[in-house]
Amino acid sequence: MMTLLILAVLVLGLMVVFRLSRVADLTNELRGSRQEHITERTNWLQGRLMWLFGAVYLILFVWLPYAYSDVFLPTAASEQGVWIDNMYTYNWWLLGIVFFLTNIALFYFAGRYYHRDGKRAFWYPHNNKLEMVWTVVPTVVLVATIIYGIIVWNRITAAPAPGTMQVEVYSKQFDWTFRYAGKDGKLGATDYRLINAENPLGIVTRKALAARLAGLKEEAAKATADRDAQAHVLPEDLLKEKDKDVAHLNRMVERLLGLQALMEQDIKDNGDNSTYLHGADDKVTKEFHLPVDTDVELLFRSQDVIHSAYLPHLRAQMNTVPGMTTRINIKPTITTDSMRVITNNSEFDYILMCNKVCGISHYNMQSPLTVETSGAFKVWNIVLPVFEKPGAATAQVAEPAAGTKEESAAQTEPGTNK
Amino acid sequence: MSAVVHPQAADNSGHAHADLHQHKQSFVSKYIFSHDHKMISKQFLITAIVMAWVAMIMSIMFRLQIAYPGESFAFTHFFLGDKWAPNGVLSPSMFLGLVTIHGTIMLFFVLTGGLSGTFANLLIPLQIGARDMASGFLNMLSAWFFMAASVMMLSSLFVESGPAAGGWTVYPPLSVLPQAIPGSGTGMTLWLFSMVLFIIGSLMGSLNYIATVLNLRTKGMRMTRLPLTVWGLFLTAIVGVLAFPVLVSAVVLLIMDRMLGTSFYLSEIYIAGEALDNMGGSPILYEHLFWFLGHPEVYIVILPAFGISSEIISTMSRKPIFGYRAMIGSLMAISFMSFLVWAHHMFITGMNPFLGAVFSFTTMLIAVPSSIKVFNYITTLWRGNIIFSPAMLFSIGMVSTFIVGGLTGIIVANAALDIQVHDTYFVVAHFHMVMGVSAIFAMMAAVYHWFPRMYGRMMNTKLGYWHFWGTMIAAYGVFIPMHYVGIGGGPRRYYEYTEFPMFQGHFMDLNVMITVFACMGGLMQIIFTYNFFHSIWYGQKAVENPWHSNTLEWTAPVEHVHGNWPGPLPVVHRWPYDYSKPGKPDDFVPQTVPLEEGEEDEGN
Repeated sequence: MMTLLILAVLVLGLMVVFRLSRVADLTNELRGSRQEHITERTNWLQGRLMWLFGAVYLILFVWLPYAYSDVFLPTAASEQGVWIDNMYTYNWWLLGIVFFLTNIALFYFAGRYYHRDGKRAFWYPHNNKLEMVWTVVPTVVLVATIIYGIIVWNRITAAPAPGTMQVEVYSKQFDWTFRYAGKDGKLGATDYRLINAENPLGIVTRKALAARLAGLKEEAAKATADRDAQAHVLPEDLLKEKDKDVAHLNRMVERLLGLQALMEQDIKDNGDNSTYLHGADDKVTKEFHLPVDTDVELLFRSQDVIHSAYLPHLRAQMNTVPGMTTRINIKPTITTDSMRVITNNSEFDYILMCNKVCGISHYNMQSPLTVETSGAFKVWNIVLPVFEKPGAATAQVAEPAAGTKEESAAQTEPGTNK
Repeated sequence: MSAVVHPQAADNSGHAHADLHQHKQSFVSKYIFSHDHKMISKQFLITAIVMAWVAMIMSIMFRLQIAYPGESFAFTHFFLGDKWAPNGVLSPSMFLGLVTIHGTIMLFFVLTGGLSGTFANLLIPLQIGARDMASGFLNMLSAWFFMAASVMMLSSLFVESGPAAGGWTVYPPLSVLPQAIPGSGTGMTLWLFSMVLFIIGSLMGSLNYIATVLNLRTKGMRMTRLPLTVWGLFLTAIVGVLAFPVLVSAVVLLIMDRMLGTSFYLSEIYIAGEALDNMGGSPILYEHLFWFLGHPEVYIVILPAFGISSEIISTMSRKPIFGYRAMIGSLMAISFMSFLVWAHHMFITGMNPFLGAVFSFTTMLIAVPSSIKVFNYITTLWRGNIIFSPAMLFSIGMVSTFIVGGLTGIIVANAALDIQVHDTYFVVAHFHMVMGVSAIFAMMAAVYHWFPRMYGRMMNTKLGYWHFWGTMIAAYGVFIPMHYVGIGGGPRRYYEYTEFPMFQGHFMDLNVMITVFACMGGLMQIIFTYNFFHSIWYGQKAVENPWHSNTLEWTAPVEHVHGNWPGPLPVVHRWPYDYSKPGKPDDFVPQTVPLEEGEEDEGN
């Protein structure tokens, strides 16, 4: 009811305004005035409005970031972030100066040179010297800015030194999983066909692959038997679906057998250096910790669609793309505890969030990040269960309850990662 | 059909023939299956206005949700009903749908179809002195493909699983897998086929514009005497012809991945408890193909805007555009370079960092021609004699918003800086400023300026003033604070920010501010829409050359005639910007006035 009332008032109000303007028009028309005849007084007024708008605009433009300064991110918490922030400072100054000069000129000239009857504009079709100046100057300034930018970019994206600690960040709808290397300091091979509740990242080891193969074969056999049993009762289209399922499972088995052969060959060729032997002691967890003042290479993979790992406080971001591994270098420089002091906020946490639209719960795909001293990091890391305990029957994942729920449930249930 | 007239055929013989063809036309041949470029331009414009309203109402609905998460709005419920807005609260999946379709409609249907479609059709033949487009039939088809694409896009809003919801860039695998998001079902299929229709229409239009500009210029109309509007529209058409087909290929591959089980963009995906068969594809391939169109597309949007604002600023300042040749040169440079910058959308996709450096470099350089344009606009205003028609106000507004958007472009072009703000609201604010608001302002300017040419009547100037100032304040009120939301790390396409302690307090205050200004901006367009439609029927009758302009379209009679000029085509003797030329009695000299003895022509 209230809405209807507001709507009615709005519509009536607009109608009144339009009618009034029509009345004004008609009287003006009777006096012989025309829409395109804009009087000197109107031009003066519009010119003054240009000045007013320009002035208020520029003042508010300065006031806004001042009044809302707490919206900005706190100081950069990584070495790379500091480089980026320094370049921001340079760019803000440069752009700020150009912004003010051009806007002041634009609004000032617009208001200053409003139409006066009997006056003529200045004939000034071109001036090659002037145009040369404002071609060359921006070119030089921009080239300098680009070179600075590319130097920083190359430093950020450089290949890591050998032996740099690697951490895997794994994304799926709608949460994050992390993988740390075990005693061997290396992350093992993965394959998406090995993903299941026990092995959410699809780590490939001899044991995991054998288990998955056995499971798949069983599934395939079951599906075939099921199909054959119903072959004479099912309508053709449903039967075709069943055939598809069987073919898919058989294909999976075949491909995993191929993978198995590949793995055995690799182990034969490379011995202990084979990446298939590095996965057993990997640690898979739902918690994200990084040691301070340590160079880290973050590796990103995705299970389903493109996500983006965004760490605003560290000024770091990289897309995670299904089918490929992406990477960045990061060296956190401020621990979570120090940042709590800096921000004067005892509940402050670094946040990893998804920044590429990935589905319905995109807005809540997040995970806190703890940056701590390397001592504290080691204490936290050492107690994480390894993927395959030597001799243990099944693989283990820390806090399996949080992440390995029914995959499909995550879609219909926003915010599984609170 | 009686309307089969080939005016061009008769042109060269110089016969006055057009008046012979003022035969009665049926409603259908005059308004629906019209071959006349003036009627087709009106069809484009009115379709675009309808689409713009749809997109704007969408933006208000999702802005309300962002600023007031979880609150009920009768407005939202009225448009979306119980299914998509239970209890008046926008649902998360429809939120993404609205964001996606808003972007698609604004970029393709309003600022490509609406802006180039309308004004290329209206202005190219009239400003170069042609009877009509090179092919009236193709031109009609282009309008009807545009219309069909619009209907198909809108129909995707009504399907069971909702419209496409993966963002207007529709990146795979999200856009391929209905398991990943419901919008990737029928809605996505409709989106893809709508885009194919749109592109076919756009290509037919563009080829026509190019052929017309190259072949049908009247006597004396050298390329260096073309108004900058025609230059802008001409280069836009060239960019469109080169870029759009690449999008078709990207879309066709996407359709194949969706329907035929191919793996162009898919690899190693485990979703909904199942490992898919697809191996070996790459979503990055799609991103390259998409942005190879996607980036030139933003220049397809802004080049006509440059042309329009150049023309209006010069006319209403009563002063020649400063640096006519530099303006043409920078338009050409921008068109050429628009093909060399696409991967700056992909700095953080895992593309080779070396490419990041290369594309950073080329992208920064495109700022040079853009800054030349801004300096030239400002110099044109300097010591002018500015008549503030609504069109002029919008043109100045366009320069102002283009400055802001252009400058923030220097931030996002820098690969290292982009890491921090990529996909945040900073980027949203940047592109809305530089090509959203700027191009819309230019489009508004063009509507006010050429309305008498289109409808033979004047729009109301006073309402135009209210519309301009309201829109200007709203536009800045929306997009300046939005930059700070992005600098604060606010990601785009988030349904709500309630789950993040860092996005509370002042961060949400900024969002409320943005939404309030967005609603104000929406209301202001009611004034425009009323003014527009009211003036079509009841506006003051126009005179032949209301703005005392030099260009040829104002030498044609107010009443539209088939073939534009009754009698022979006008002959051009000078460039279009002889405003306030010393030694002339009036402050304008139409292009049809012969040069005096010893007089120099700037367009020579």
